[in-house]
Amino acid sequence: MATGKRLSGRQRLGWTVLTLLVLGYALFPVASILATSFKTQAALGQRAFLPTNWTWDNYAMLFTGDARDLFLPALRNSIGITLIATFIAVVLATLCAYAIARLDFPGKKVILGSALAVSIFPVISVVTPLFNVWRGIGLYDTWPGLIIPYLSLTLPISIWTLSAFFRQIPWELEQAALVDGATQWQAFRRAIVPLAAPGVFTTAILAFFIAWNDFVYGISLTSTEAARPVPAALAFFTGASQFQEPTGAISAAAIVVTIPVVVLVLLFQRRIVSGLTQGAVKG
Amino acid sequence: MASITLQNIVKEYGDGFPAVNDVSLDIDDGEFVILVGPSGCGKSTLLRMIVGLEDITSGDLLIGGQRVNDLAPRDRNLAMVFQNYALYPHLTVYENIAFPMRLVKGAFGEDEIDRRVRRASTMLELDEHLDRKPGNLSGGQRQRVAMGRAIVREAQAFLFDEPLSNLDAKLRGQMRAEISRLQRQLNTTSVYVTHDQTEAMTLGDRVAVLKKGVLQQVASPRELYEQPANLFVAGFIGAPSMNFVPGTVEGSVLKTPLGDVALPAEAASAGAGRDIVLAGIRPSFFEDASTLSEVQLSKGSTFTAELTHTEWLGNEQYVYVSYENDPRVAETMRTLAEEMDADELRTQLVIAVDAASRLRGGDTARLWIDTRRIHLFDPATGENLTRDAEAGAELTRMAREDRRRDAERAAAGRT
Repeated sequence: MATGKRLSGRQRLGWTVLTLLVLGYALFPVASILATSFKTQAALGQRAFLPTNWTWDNYAMLFTGDARDLFLPALRNSIGITLIATFIAVVLATLCAYAIARLDFPGKKVILGSALAVSIFPVISVVTPLFNVWRGIGLYDTWPGLIIPYLSLTLPISIWTLSAFFRQIPWELEQAALVDGATQWQAFRRAIVPLAAPGVFTTAILAFFIAWNDFVYGISLTSTEAARPVPAALAFFTGASQFQEPTGAISAAAIVVTIPVVVLVLLFQRRIVSGLTQGAVKG
Repeated sequence: MASITLQNIVKEYGDGFPAVNDVSLDIDDGEFVILVGPSGCGKSTLLRMIVGLEDITSGDLLIGGQRVNDLAPRDRNLAMVFQNYALYPHLTVYENIAFPMRLVKGAFGEDEIDRRVRRASTMLELDEHLDRKPGNLSGGQRQRVAMGRAIVREAQAFLFDEPLSNLDAKLRGQMRAEISRLQRQLNTTSVYVTHDQTEAMTLGDRVAVLKKGVLQQVASPRELYEQPANLFVAGFIGAPSMNFVPGTVEGSVLKTPLGDVALPAEAASAGAGRDIVLAGIRPSFFEDASTLSEVQLSKGSTFTAELTHTEWLGNEQYVYVSYENDPRVAETMRTLAEEMDADELRTQLVIAVDAASRLRGGDTARLWIDTRRIHLFDPATGENLTRDAEAGAELTRMAREDRRRDAERAAAGRT
């Protein structure tokens, strides 16, 4: 702990119990899905948490079985669309937030305000008009047709987090770089961006989650495997017959799509180091 | 290295408020000039205009004879040390110092960069810290890194923006000496902003005193101290501050609440015919009369007063005397205190006496004033009525002479 204060035994116990409770509450559904994904079709109806017979069937179905034609293109779409949307959102938001944090220009408040206002609209209220427009201009069931609405979800939060982050970076650093002989762009590239990197990564992860988890746009603005992302594709899974629920396959798919997110967080966790600006200026 | 010339520089902000108003100043090649004044006097703004971080509303700024008003900071080839150091926290000390050279693509080879960084780090005693990050350094070390970054580039001039204000008192003294030594060694034109008059007096070849964006006086520290142009400069320069005692000149005698003080002829004639004047008397112009010889006593004037309290500091001693202020100058004194960023000036004399003096609070003592050094000020305009411009110019000329000898010595040391 930063304060260096040792917890007493009682406090330690209290915190441990509390942490376990929260962890259990948050992770139980994931564990349940994980367990379900290894169950056989017959075992789905049983009232047991763990499968009696562990099986890879559900996963096999996703990658080689019936669901293959549905799942693999969807996975490709999801990864592609989400990465592109995240990338564009982060680049645009970085430039925008930098301007907001550093420059005084008319309409600065309007930009921040409208960014917030845009994210207030419920997705479901936007999707129907969007559906009509997209069909009119040929964006329906295409990658850009999803990337654009995803930007409307990811940009506002990216701009807000990043502008808060940029405000923390001392302006003197940039001025020092300018005096040291840097152009405005060099000062931004060599003095500001390295310091803003943790903020940019945090923002990128947030934006990635938002786009990755979207369902409403995914199901409404696509019709084929040309652009349909995984969350939407899950709704099209079918069982072997109409009396069978595709629960096992859906669970397996849910686990598969969770993996990139977990990997991403683990990967970037090390980049999200706070206190990187320490030592720049006298605090 | 280059001279810097400011011609009628004005900085107005959006609301029309002039932060810097019609400042003209010639800074010679190799000269160390201090911009000093209370907070909000425009000294930092002026510095930032020189370096190019603030636009100049009107007037001309010349560096090395070339007008640079419209040049970007990087094209002015100046180096600046910021108040809060502004080090790049993601780079090591070595890379921080090398940063300005790396920005100029291809201008410096790796060997040249290494040679220069190592020379700077040796000069600043940073050799064993080159691989560390700024976050792990102490305040004084960070300050030295910031200076290292400034000196590697062989810029036309160094600009310092209150570089010592974040350090504790002991370190500040050390770094002050360091900066002074470095500047003399490199003989690079330097402009240094501070609100601390001790820094101004100890570092500057010349000191420019600013008040509310207006230049009050530019002179060597000695001239500022001995021949201040006005009430503000007189009060701002010197610690403890100059005492200002109201009085009226009658013949050759100044009548003050402390008693009558016999003035030298020139001072008396300068103050004659005025309703009221302020006599500026520095604490060191006083002395405990009992410690002086008859010869010395005859050179000044004596008066008796009851002491409120004394402070013995070892090397010297301050005694305090309260007096009744004249209501006609109360307003002037209040404005002056405000302008100097001080608390309300109390109607109390600060007197420096010999440390051996046995005066105690409550004593009634006979005190001596060196009347030859008293200045009289007009309370309405603040103008110094007894200023001897000739003598002042001579002091500044002497300072220039001293500086020239320093430069020669530094040049001899380099070869």
